[in-house]
Amino acid sequence: MTKFLSCTNMTGGYGGEDIIHSCDIEVDKSQIVVIVGPNGAGKSTAMKAMLGMISLKEGNLILDGSDISKLSPQDRVAAGIAFVPQTMNVFSELTVEENLEMGAFLRDDNIQETIGEIYNLFPAMKDKRNQLAGELSGGQRQQVAVSRALMTRPKVLMLDEPTAGVSPIVMKEIFERIITIKNSGVAIVIVEQNAKQALNIADFGYVLVGGENKFSGEGQELLKNQEVRKSFLGG
Amino acid sequence: MNDELRAPIAFTVMGILLAIVGFTQSWSVSLSIINLCIISSIMAIGVNLQWGYGGLFNAGVMGFTALGGLTAVLVSHDPIYEAWDKAGVGIIISTIIFILSITALLFVFRNIENKQIRNTLIILIIFFGLIGINNFYGPSINIIESIDPAKTGFLGGLGLPIIFSWLIAAVVAGLVAWVIGKITLRLRSDYLAIATLGISEIVIAVVKHEDWLSRGVKNVSGLDRPVPYEIELQESQWFLNLIESINFSKLEAINSLTSRQDVLNDLVISSSGIFVKLCYAGLFFSVLLLIFYLSQLALNSPWGRMLRAIRDNEEAASAMGKNIFLQHLQIFIIGSAIIGIAGAMLTTLDGQFTPGSYRPLRFTFIIWLMVIIGGSGNNLGSIFGGFFIWFIWIEAEPLSIGFVNMLAGGLEYDNPLRIHLLGSAAHLRLFIMGLLLLLALRFMPKGVIPEKIQKK
Amino acid sequence: MENFEFINAIVLLANFVLVPALSYGSQLALATLSLTIVYGVLRFSNFAQADWMSFGTMAAILFAWLFQSIGITAGIFPTALLALPFAIIVTALFCLLIDRSVYSFYRKQKSQPIVLMIVSVGVMFILQAIVRFIIGPNDRKFFDGEKYIIHALDFKNYFGLEEGLTIKSTQLITVIVALIAMISLFYFLQKTKLGKSMRAYSNNEDLALLSGINPEKIVIVTWIISSILITTAGVLYGLDKSFKPFTYFNLLLPMFAAAIVGGIGSPIGAVIGGYVIAFSEITLTYAYKKFFVYLMPEHLEPSGLMQVLSTDYKFAISFIILVIVLIVRPTGIVRGKII
Repeated sequence: MTKFLSCTNMTGGYGGEDIIHSCDIEVDKSQIVVIVGPNGAGKSTAMKAMLGMISLKEGNLILDGSDISKLSPQDRVAAGIAFVPQTMNVFSELTVEENLEMGAFLRDDNIQETIGEIYNLFPAMKDKRNQLAGELSGGQRQQVAVSRALMTRPKVLMLDEPTAGVSPIVMKEIFERIITIKNSGVAIVIVEQNAKQALNIADFGYVLVGGENKFSGEGQELLKNQEVRKSFLGG
Repeated sequence: MNDELRAPIAFTVMGILLAIVGFTQSWSVSLSIINLCIISSIMAIGVNLQWGYGGLFNAGVMGFTALGGLTAVLVSHDPIYEAWDKAGVGIIISTIIFILSITALLFVFRNIENKQIRNTLIILIIFFGLIGINNFYGPSINIIESIDPAKTGFLGGLGLPIIFSWLIAAVVAGLVAWVIGKITLRLRSDYLAIATLGISEIVIAVVKHEDWLSRGVKNVSGLDRPVPYEIELQESQWFLNLIESINFSKLEAINSLTSRQDVLNDLVISSSGIFVKLCYAGLFFSVLLLIFYLSQLALNSPWGRMLRAIRDNEEAASAMGKNIFLQHLQIFIIGSAIIGIAGAMLTTLDGQFTPGSYRPLRFTFIIWLMVIIGGSGNNLGSIFGGFFIWFIWIEAEPLSIGFVNMLAGGLEYDNPLRIHLLGSAAHLRLFIMGLLLLLALRFMPKGVIPEKIQKK
Repeated sequence: MENFEFINAIVLLANFVLVPALSYGSQLALATLSLTIVYGVLRFSNFAQADWMSFGTMAAILFAWLFQSIGITAGIFPTALLALPFAIIVTALFCLLIDRSVYSFYRKQKSQPIVLMIVSVGVMFILQAIVRFIIGPNDRKFFDGEKYIIHALDFKNYFGLEEGLTIKSTQLITVIVALIAMISLFYFLQKTKLGKSMRAYSNNEDLALLSGINPEKIVIVTWIISSILITTAGVLYGLDKSFKPFTYFNLLLPMFAAAIVGGIGSPIGAVIGGYVIAFSEITLTYAYKKFFVYLMPEHLEPSGLMQVLSTDYKFAISFIILVIVLIVRPTGIVRGKII
């Protein structure tokens, strides 16, 4: 039985040498999958491949039973994959509310309900809704970024290092929100540097090394794995 | 095509084109085109240094050309002593006040921290500066411009040989470039383009309207030449002998002594024009060679390599501690100085300074075309571009008219559409220029003679 | 009597400074808006923009002639206003054609802005050739309809003043049309989904793509809006003064200056910049002698023209302001794009 989003045997790069080799990443609904690994291991590349931002030489990408490997990034957004980039992930010159509206650009139905849900999830944003996103603090901006992605009501949410450069308190908060989002039925894929904390909330984890799957398993399992601990988690 | 062969082939084709003009129209026309081609090439090298090597977009080529032209006038024209006697002091005083005001403004701007005091001081300086200048300047220029306005009406120049102006033009253009560069080179690249576009308009406005300085649109004509006059040649024995010996066999064939003398006279008159043009060509070509040689030398030096490194990767160069601003400023000044030289040469060739003739299309954007089509980053390419585009610019007009004639051939002679089309045909050369630029950018972005990839 | 002197002075200023500057400023503001919108969305300084203005105005003149020849006029309004929508359509279509055949290639290549700027120089050449080929390089007046709203003579007689106030109908039309155009534009940008997506695209292209915004659609809308603004500006300018391709080309510098002074890429900045440049050009080149003659007691009357700069230097003023802004506040009055 394949998972909700199943990306297998992905091989490719940015046109030059291949960066990922036969890489597999799968995620199910209401599940958090975390991709960890050393710098340059191809974590972000793998995620970009899943989004269609690089063209793969090989690979099977199945979303909810249908093949998406030929779709453009925009079409994958329409198909239900949302992405939060690591940097430049908000429209800094637009207000918070306009950011949300832009997130829902492809939707033609009433989006007020979704906006309401998001304000419930991130209450701070309701107060700031008429402020320019560029004027917010780092943590709040991250919330806007995640919210913008959620506006499409995605089935899969991908986050590239959502906690990079934020304080531990904010990090904790962001992870809590991600769990809430997961519980609403969304499949979540996270690329993370803060491996320990991320694996803590992960249902499943992949350790990439040199563009290949090195280890994979449930989050807690990986955390306990001596080899993984020694190599990537600092003992 | 083999890259090594591109330059020889390009220049051979160019030579053939000029020869065709020589045979079909006349050698005099061909030489006139060549002289302007050489000047264009020098301008193109100036722009190429800035754009091809420095990555700087200078949209003010026209301004530097006009500065060069003005310098030619100010260096070579005889001083108008009467004007200096009557109003020289006033002009000097207002110039001093102007310089003092600018210095004071700069000083206040740099050294006074308190905003209120600073702004008050700035307003005071501008106010009193203007009053002071107006007090001396207005009456003085009225006097100057009233002295024999049909002939002079300006201060005149230094009365030196015009060839000196070529060097001085470089200094003048370089100084102006230094000021502009100081202001704009720290900012994003488009700002330099817009600021230079502006400064060139100002330069033109000044030379057009400050009659006491440049006679404005009344033009200054009859400038001294660095080469002999036709009439002098026709009267010199050595020239007569020269022409006679060149055409010896042709003259020998004529039996009648009087008709032989007539033919010789005709030959002397037509040859004297060609001889003068050849003299100019020789002078200009030496300058072109010298500038080309020096540019190549500079660009293959460590300084030139650093410049290219900055152009190719500004961030990396900056991270390596290179002073990008200074490098840009240097190349901007050098390029503008070269354009200034070409401007002075152009006025020398024309023998007159006509401020009304400076149009941005002809003096800025055509030069750009030369650099891009010739090959950005390659001085040889710029020289070719200068020749090729100038040739097209000159020959496009008759060609367009011929083309339109062909199109309108079926129409009645007095058909209004035919008349309109023929009247407008000359504008088609703008179209040809635009099309050439767009086609080159699309299909040959590196130009006819591309930049050589430097070995690391 | 003192009082009349004062009123005369005010009327004088209104007639020679305020009214002309307001109408020129409105024309410039519209033109600058189009420049700044192209800059903001397509990310390059468009050197051809002034020649688009020529092209649009030429189209309007041709349509106006067509209408007049078949007997359609707009009564007291100039026929060119009737022709404006048609001229806009032609300009926009041609703009899109040029975009398809020229600019889109470089967009796909993700070329540097400076390359696009050079490409726009090529487009500039071609537009100049087309305009000169079709309508010629000469000065053309194409105004018809009622010329004055208030005539100086009537004004003088009515109020018994020495100074008269002239308001040409083109000046009023300019201000009203410009106001309508600006309000619609700002409504479009701030309140509609398409307008917001344009701002979003201008702000963060990659994220706009990730949100499903179609860049090609944004580009098309941008050129259409630019055509509307630039054609309107050109027609208003030509009605007010006259149409001459070279004069229009020379508006490029004030347009750039206004855009940078206001804050490049910012629509509000473009409007402010347009008026700042226009008012500066006119207030600095106006000879205030008569104004002071009214206000000052006789023995203090000025002897000179009381003119800061000769009118020969109108263009220089936009440049001088530009330089001052570049030195003092490079981001412009309204904080524009990063520099």
